[in-house]
Amino acid sequence: MSEATVTTAPASPSASRPAGKPRLTTSAMIASIAAEGQATRPAPFGHALVEQARLNPKIVGMTADLAKYTDLHIFSREFPERFLQMGMAEQLLMAAAGGMAKEGFVPFATTYAVFATRRAYDFIHQVIAEENLNVKICAALPGLTTGYGPSHQATEDLAMMRAIPNMTVIDPCDALDTEQCVAAIAQTHGPVYMRLSRGRVPVVLDEYGYTFKLGRAQLLRDGRDVLVIASGLMTMRALEVASRLARDAIDVGVLHVPTIKPLDVQTIVEQCRRSGRLVVIAENHSCIGGLGEAIAMALLQARVQPEVRHVALPDQFLDAGALPTLHDRYGISTDVMAASIQRWLG
Amino acid sequence: MTEQVWEEAAVSAFERIRTHAWRVRRFALRMGEVQGQGYVGQALGWADVLAVAYCHAMNIRPHEPEWEGRDRFLLSHGHYAIALYAALFEAGVLPPEELETYGCDDSRLPMSGMSAYTPGMEISGGSLGQGLAIAVGQALGLRMKRNPAFVYNSMSDGELDEGAVWEAAMSASHHGLGNLINLVDLNRQQADGASYEILNFEPLVDKWQAFGWHVQRIDGNDLQAVIDAFDMARAVTEAKPRVILFDTLMGKGVSFLEQREKNHFIRVEADEWQKALADLDETHAAGSPA
Repeated sequence: MSEATVTTAPASPSASRPAGKPRLTTSAMIASIAAEGQATRPAPFGHALVEQARLNPKIVGMTADLAKYTDLHIFSREFPERFLQMGMAEQLLMAAAGGMAKEGFVPFATTYAVFATRRAYDFIHQVIAEENLNVKICAALPGLTTGYGPSHQATEDLAMMRAIPNMTVIDPCDALDTEQCVAAIAQTHGPVYMRLSRGRVPVVLDEYGYTFKLGRAQLLRDGRDVLVIASGLMTMRALEVASRLARDAIDVGVLHVPTIKPLDVQTIVEQCRRSGRLVVIAENHSCIGGLGEAIAMALLQARVQPEVRHVALPDQFLDAGALPTLHDRYGISTDVMAASIQRWLG
Repeated sequence: MTEQVWEEAAVSAFERIRTHAWRVRRFALRMGEVQGQGYVGQALGWADVLAVAYCHAMNIRPHEPEWEGRDRFLLSHGHYAIALYAALFEAGVLPPEELETYGCDDSRLPMSGMSAYTPGMEISGGSLGQGLAIAVGQALGLRMKRNPAFVYNSMSDGELDEGAVWEAAMSASHHGLGNLINLVDLNRQQADGASYEILNFEPLVDKWQAFGWHVQRIDGNDLQAVIDAFDMARAVTEAKPRVILFDTLMGKGVSFLEQREKNHFIRVEADEWQKALADLDETHAAGSPA
């Protein structure tokens, strides 16, 4: 499995390709989400976990045959005796992590988001959450971050995890957010589902004086015309959109909501209460059951009714293909999000 | 010590455990009467195993159910809660006066076992086939802490249908978990009928052996055999997980329940509970293991 985005020849022989037509691109399973030239940091999750494990000897790392692809190998090299390889068995992984937590350990269990949530749902629900155990589920390839098709695209993970009582659900934006999130959840009791960016992860939030606070939304930049409320990868894109639209004298604010549950209703409602702004909720997740619906309910209950648009993945099984193609196709790329906002503003 | 005294001591230890098993069955029947129904057939069939676990094999402190040194007993089949409550009364973990609250609102004894409700209930089982995988995690954790306690997982044959059981079985032997003892109730009945017809899991001894376990298969209602099997499972020195497969009889000890064909979830007429208790007491007095 290659980690790099690769360029391949089209299906038809190149000789028959019309002159000037670009080569098609395709994507490896783990395509980088970093844009060209973007500052990145390697394996922020793995390194942050090592740091926390030095402070707390009860932290253990567990995985279902995906240590290398969730950056847990950084931890396993440093603490081989505290690393447990459970094999390609996600139900076992979650239940055994529950068992370790019952014995006083703080397991960080990693696999891909699809397998954690879809395959082991009942084990997360019954073994971990129902007993409020101190298990941290760290799930790579969240949302649409692979072109491998619906088998690997975790487009419903937030919906499923939000629905489980006791579960804290986090969608960090960049390397900085991820590192600080690991520290925060390691030091807080209770079950957590955390979306994980692995490999070379962009660093974006350092320019905004940002610090991750569990359960808190944070305004990264203010704006008169539009407020984008975003989590995870989409916060990065919202910031880029804001810079671009500023050139067209459109003033876009960005509210980052890394903790999807519990939701920082107070900050979100306060920001949405400011009249005259278009509110755009942006998430790398199905339009069903994620950040958008969580915020919609919060606004309804607070009787705050701004004009709202939703940038999210459609309620479909998505195509396989190259990530840039798919992000354009489904409207979550920076380009399409910027164009959508301009269109919505009329 | 003379041979004579040895024999007497052995007989009295056996008699003591036999009495525990009888009383576990009585508690289960009396709770069944509170609700008029329940997994009583399983409780009667599993009572010998529970009595040996709680009153002979396991290292527990009845008045300190969360003592760090305790052997862990995981009730994977949460449905068997009535059986485990009966054992917890008998072991002195739960006060018997709570028996009257079984299955009632705000009781500590819900119909399906939940750890947050009941002292001595280690997990919230009931979503079947999860206990063994949790046991793997606890056994790994105990070993990491250098805590010599055992983890017992109690499960039913129907749970063998669940794939996660076999994930856990592979994992336990891969990790050489000699502190894990799995107890399987082969009562041959599950929700839709006879276990063998629903999904044939035989040959079970071969399967567990192939998965790298130390295996024993015995008559789970032969009390001496049950005692010996527990002793053996604890004494094995190989770094292997251990499984004991118990062939049991649903309704054991109450003749008219033993013969009932559909006894997965028993409904007993109001007047039958006293009859069942009387029948059980007779069986016990006659010196049968029950």
